[in-house]
Amino acid sequence: MKPAAFDYVRAESVEEALAVLKQEGSDARILAGGMSFMAMLNMRLARPKVLVDIMRVAPLARMEEETGALRIGAGVRQARLLASDGLTHAAPLIAKALPFTGHAQTRSRGTVCGSIAHADPSAELPLCLVTLKGHVHLRSAKTARKVAADDFFTGMMATAKADDEMIEAVSFPTPRGEGAAFREIARRHGDFAIVACAALVSDKGIRLGVGGVADIPVARDFPLLDGSALDDALNALAWELDARDDVHATARYRRELVRRIGRTTIEEAKRCRA
Amino acid sequence: MPRLSAAARHTVRFTLNGRPVSGQAAPRTLLSDFLRHEIGATGTHVGCEHGVCGACTVDVDGMLTRACMTLAVQVEGCAIRTVEGLAPASDRLSVLQAAFRRHHALQCGFCTAGILMSLDVFLKAEPDPSEEAVRDLLSGHLCRCTGYTPMVRAALEAAAELRDVQGKTAHA
Repeated sequence: MKPAAFDYVRAESVEEALAVLKQEGSDARILAGGMSFMAMLNMRLARPKVLVDIMRVAPLARMEEETGALRIGAGVRQARLLASDGLTHAAPLIAKALPFTGHAQTRSRGTVCGSIAHADPSAELPLCLVTLKGHVHLRSAKTARKVAADDFFTGMMATAKADDEMIEAVSFPTPRGEGAAFREIARRHGDFAIVACAALVSDKGIRLGVGGVADIPVARDFPLLDGSALDDALNALAWELDARDDVHATARYRRELVRRIGRTTIEEAKRCRA
Repeated sequence: MPRLSAAARHTVRFTLNGRPVSGQAAPRTLLSDFLRHEIGATGTHVGCEHGVCGACTVDVDGMLTRACMTLAVQVEGCAIRTVEGLAPASDRLSVLQAAFRRHHALQCGFCTAGILMSLDVFLKAEPDPSEEAVRDLLSGHLCRCTGYTPMVRAALEAAAELRDVQGKTAHA
């Protein structure tokens, strides 16, 4: 459980970090808080030749409210976002989901963008990004581009980020007048979710995001249904997600959780809006 | 932009419990191994080495940190606190440590160093925590002996005692 050997670069600017990525390509990886990636290194599931530490690049630690969105730089740790003033008001879904992300002992160092980059299908922050229709700001030495959350996650722990790109920031939209709720089922608090549900309810309809079932977080829009019509819609979604059996749960159990937790999460979001 | 070669060992300096320390580390050396093998501070324990068990939790610049998921080269210039820094003197326990002893909040002691560090940092930020908040914090640690309940009692009693001490100091 020790990482294989690598060079370590302590970047002092974004440009320096990007220059290393340009030169080394897939042999280089960004190191931020390390709370997911260091475990991958220790287990030798990742064996980069160069690690680029970006946590001393001051401009990346910015967190700012833009028009209709909260932009979070690659150096912002999860604990800082969770403790930030007005999060409950600006982004209630994130305020409700973040306490489920890891533990206090990992949120203290783990970054928001790092969790997005890791792209674990059952992680909370990627699910929130997809449900809120957020964006990922990618940058390479040559170009900068903004990718919609739905296009960013391409598979289990796979993303649209190219080898010479890094996540510079992510933007979470901050819509007004929506009720938000988040629930998940895990064997123990802080474990990765077997099923996680994020719900947004507005006067236009319901949006439900589901993590832990498909190989990426998936969100769907429904009209303002209730009763058996909502049950039918959730049942269709549960089958559509193509759940698989694994050591943590059977596919059948996961589908049942989508139906039940999906429903209670939507109902909570409806109450929050009222 | 410093680039530290994988093939060499590099000087790493930081303060450990208020005292400046330094040693040699390859880039891949984990902070947990650096503390134990290079500095000789063996109070920090190593359990799972992938961030799950919490035994290696230390305080880096006020942030709770899994030392097994942190590289020694990452903490250059930081202020680190470990379990060795908790007791005010070699023959006296801290308020939190004494409460752990009274409540039998440890048996084998393997997980204890990390748990004490978590609670030490937590109680500074939350001097009057609920039982629920203490249990939520402890969910980041695995203990196979105690069943956690004695730790919850010890933490709440230590919090009350620390508030009492601070209240008296403030009014003196």
